[in-house]
This record gives sequence, C-alpha cells and structure tokens, in this order.
Amino acid sequence: MNKKSMSFKLIDAVLILMMIVPLACAMAIQVMTKPAADGVAIEGARIFFTIPMPIQDLPITESQVNTWLIMISLFFLCLYLTHGLTEKCESRRQAFAEWIVEKTDELVKENMGEYFKSFSPFVCGILALSAFSSLSSMLGIFPPTSDINVVAGWAVIVFILITYYKLKGGVFNYLKSFTQPVPVLTPFNIISEFATPVSMSFRHYGNVLSGTVISALVATGLQGLSHMLLSWIPGKLGEFPLFQIGLPAVLSLYFDIFSGCMQAFIFAMLTMLYVAGAFPVEEWQKRMEKKKNRKKKTAQYETVK
Amino acid sequence: MTAIAIGIILGCCALGAGMAMIAGIGPGIGEGNAVAKACEAIGRQPECKGSVTTTMIMGCAIAETTGLYALVIAILLIFVAPSRLVDILMNIIG
Repeated sequence: MNKKSMSFKLIDAVLILMMIVPLACAMAIQVMTKPAADGVAIEGARIFFTIPMPIQDLPITESQVNTWLIMISLFFLCLYLTHGLTEKCESRRQAFAEWIVEKTDELVKENMGEYFKSFSPFVCGILALSAFSSLSSMLGIFPPTSDINVVAGWAVIVFILITYYKLKGGVFNYLKSFTQPVPVLTPFNIISEFATPVSMSFRHYGNVLSGTVISALVATGLQGLSHMLLSWIPGKLGEFPLFQIGLPAVLSLYFDIFSGCMQAFIFAMLTMLYVAGAFPVEEWQKRMEKKKNRKKKTAQYETVK
Repeated sequence: MTAIAIGIILGCCALGAGMAMIAGIGPGIGEGNAVAKACEAIGRQPECKGSVTTTMIMGCAIAETTGLYALVIAILLIFVAPSRLVDILMNIIG
C-alpha cells in the first residue's frame, strides 16, 4: 500500500471536520436558543423566524434547520467515503462504501425487480436521511422526524412517484383501477389512494414521537419517585437523582436506536414496494413490443406499396 | 362560569385521549398473533429463521399503524386541542 500524500490527508481532515461541524452547530443552536425550563417538557419544533411570503408566511423551524444540517453532514460523509477511490479497493473506507452500495443494490433488485435498478440511490438516500434524522436525538437536538411536516414531505415525494408510475402504465388503466372490483367502491378507492402517504408519514412520525413522549414521561416519573424517597435527607443529598441514573438509557436504546433505524428501514421498504407495485412491468413491456411490431408492419406495408 | 367551561373542555379532551387509546387493543392482538405464527414457523423450519424474522418485523410495523393513528390523535387531544378549544371559547365569549 502506497504512502498517502500530505494533501490527501489534509483533504481528509477537512472532510471529517465538515462532517462534525454541522452537528456541533445544531447542538450549539439548541443550547443557545432553548429557554431554560425546569422539569421535562414535551413541545413541538420551535420557530426561529418567519419569512414573509405572498400567500402565507414561511416559518423557519428547528426541524428544517436540523434537517439541512444533517443533510450537509451526510453529504460530507459521502465525500469522505468516496475520497481516494482505487480500482483494487485498497482502503477500509472504500470497502465500506462498496458494501453499502452493493447491499442497497441487492435490496432494491430483490424487492423491485430489474426494471427499477436505478432506484437504488433514491432508496439509499431516503434510508440514510431518515436513520440519521432519528439518531440525531442522541445528540440532544430536536429529531426532525418527530415533526410531521418533514416526514409528510417525504411521503408526498413517494406519492408523486407512485402516481407517476401508475400513469406511465397507461392513463386509461389508472382511471379504470379506481372502479375495481365494482364501480360502487370508487370513493373508497380514492380515499385509499390518499391514505398511502398519510399512513406512511403517520407511522414514521408516530413512532419517533411516541419514543420522545414516553421517555419524557418516564424521566418525570423517576424524578418524582427519587424526590419522594430522598426528600427527608437535608441538604444537597436530598436532591440526588437516584433513579434517573441509567434507567432512561435503556429506554433510549430501544426508542432512539432500534425504533429509529427500524422505521427508516420500513419507510424505505414501503417506498420500494409501493412504487414497484404501481407499475406492471411485464404488461407494459408486452404492450411496447406490440406497438413496435405494429409500427414495423405498417412500415413494411408502406414500402411494399 | 368560564372556569367551569374550561374545566369541561380539559376533562373531555383527557377522556377522549383515553378512549382513543382503546384502539391499542387491535395492534396488540394482531402483533401477538404474528409473533406466535413466526415462532411456529421457526420451530418447524429453523433454517429460515432470518427471513421469517425480517418479514415478521415488517408485518408487525405495518400492523402497528392503527395503534399509531390512535396515539397521534391522543397526543393531539392532550397537547394541541385544549389550547385551541379554549381560544375558540374565549373568542365566542368575547
């Protein structure tokens, strides 16, 4: 393995720094703008400022800022992983990057089929953004996925993709699918069409938010319990947080790490399944084949003429 | 009088939130069934433990959706609705 040059190492250091700085920035914003409150409070994203817009003012909230900072961090993580790629895969980070790409390619091919191969970057992107957004609550900052607006935005993107592929399979077929199996069910079919993004966003948001709420409730309960048991001791020792040590961490392990990663995976999985299910590939290919043959025949006919 | 009205609003919001969470029964039963069947399947065919577990977790997460709807409504009723409704009441009273 050849020795790395000085400039290579310098760029590496800059990339790692740029990975950490946005997250540190988010923590600093959190520390500086959050009003000191006693006890544990459950509240939504705070609004930093609003930008006046013609129809409605655009509020810049904590979740937007955090999402952008996480996106910048992820961007530099990608640059770091792909820095200094070689043909023979010499470094550990290249092996890791290749592992990620291979795994997502495999997952997409398994669930969506050969036709949707090019969906792999989108799926990987949504998976990474969702997972890192949920995991960002470990740093003490407001996790963007516990704001319904962020998740609803992703769900709307997926809904547009689904509708696009349904329309690509034929506009008439798309309209006809609403009257299946009997025309009486049309209103219900329309409702179920719009229920897809709603259920996707509610599932993700509800899981992350429920973790936050339950953690806060347990923390408050433990505070009360330790106060009840130790309040007879005079002095500082009476305020010792006996039960708050360690116990909330177990809950955090489940709600922050497991649930966050799980929901990210499920969101990506549902994206793949819905998009792949919206487009009948084989039927479409058959139709295209038929169209081509017909064109060929008419061309032959004209040449004969 | 206003105090009583606000009290009724708060109490009804809390009651509604509690009732909404009755929906938690459904996902509980459903997920329990799913896990029981997955255990049976693993017992019968231990070699496909991996794929059975993955499918089960996916299914559980989807079955959880109705429970989460109820949870979202309960959270809205507890944290968002009371202040809104009290505002509306105050506007009506003037």
